Amino acid sequence: MAKMTLEELRKLRDTKKVEIQKRDISGKDSQIIIGMGTCGIAAGAKVVLDAFLKELDTHHIENVSVTQTGCMGLCYVEPTVEVLSPGMPPVIYGKVDANVARLIIEEHIMHSRMVSEHVFDRPSTDIIKDGGK
Amino acid sequence: MHGTLCDFLSDIVQNSIEADAKRIVVTIAERKDTMAFSVQDDGKGMTGEVLRKAQDPFYTDGVKHKRRKVGLGIPFLIQTVESVGGSFSLSSTPGCGTRLEFSFNLGHIDCPPLGNLPATLMGVFGYPGDQEVVVQRTLETSAGGDSYQVSKTEMLEVLGDLSQSGSLNLLREYLQSQETALDELRNHA
Repeated sequence: MAKMTLEELRKLRDTKKVEIQKRDISGKDSQIIIGMGTCGIAAGAKVVLDAFLKELDTHHIENVSVTQTGCMGLCYVEPTVEVLSPGMPPVIYGKVDANVARLIIEEHIMHSRMVSEHVFDRPSTDIIKDGGK
Repeated sequence: MHGTLCDFLSDIVQNSIEADAKRIVVTIAERKDTMAFSVQDDGKGMTGEVLRKAQDPFYTDGVKHKRRKVGLGIPFLIQTVESVGGSFSLSSTPGCGTRLEFSFNLGHIDCPPLGNLPATLMGVFGYPGDQEVVVQRTLETSAGGDSYQVSKTEMLEVLGDLSQSGSLNLLREYLQSQETALDELRNHA
């Protein structure tokens, strides 16, 4: 199989853009932030990043922002993922694997329901200014 | 501990980003039984003293985690390189940048698997910030060689915002197609 060229990639992008415009995508402008420090990587954060993207692709959701950050200070529950979704409180999920990633997309992102058994409510105190409250 | 060779690459590139690099050049050179990586950045660099301490697992600069006493990224890498008969070198100039080179002996029984290179590179390009990232990948086999180069600037130009799931999935597809061509050459060698 020949390598995809930049021109072919551009065409694919344009095709996707047309598809997105055809769909009703309101209310799905969410943000997923994955902790990608040494701790996160060692615990499988890259598999989780890939799982989130594949799951979003499966559901044809193109406009969720998926970004990475360093260690969030919750090394004991890595991989950690922060999810910001309209109408939902900001949530930090811990011990996320590919299966939990699928649940977060199907429950939190698509149906505004928290995946309660994996919620960790905030970063640990040692990375919050003055130790937090 | 990291499970794949790609995990080390992600970890080291993240160090460059946290060192405020504006340009990061990654090379991945595969030849027979050797996989050699280099990561060069123009970040803040390190003094000789800090460079030495960075290789100690019980050292961290204390900026991000005030009360922590470990920094495991580079020590993990050194440990694995030493256990598989690879090589490691680290050089740095304060204010100019850092260069890290490491290689693994793929034929060694303790060598971790490569991991998912297209997904790893997608992560490297998708990391937030305005730093340029250039990846140069080469493969040399007895049946000839192949290579590709990808820069974050050209991906931004073609795909737009690299934080959106749609763009990232296309980026991975593009990188996968480059790697598949290399896989085919390797399989024919």
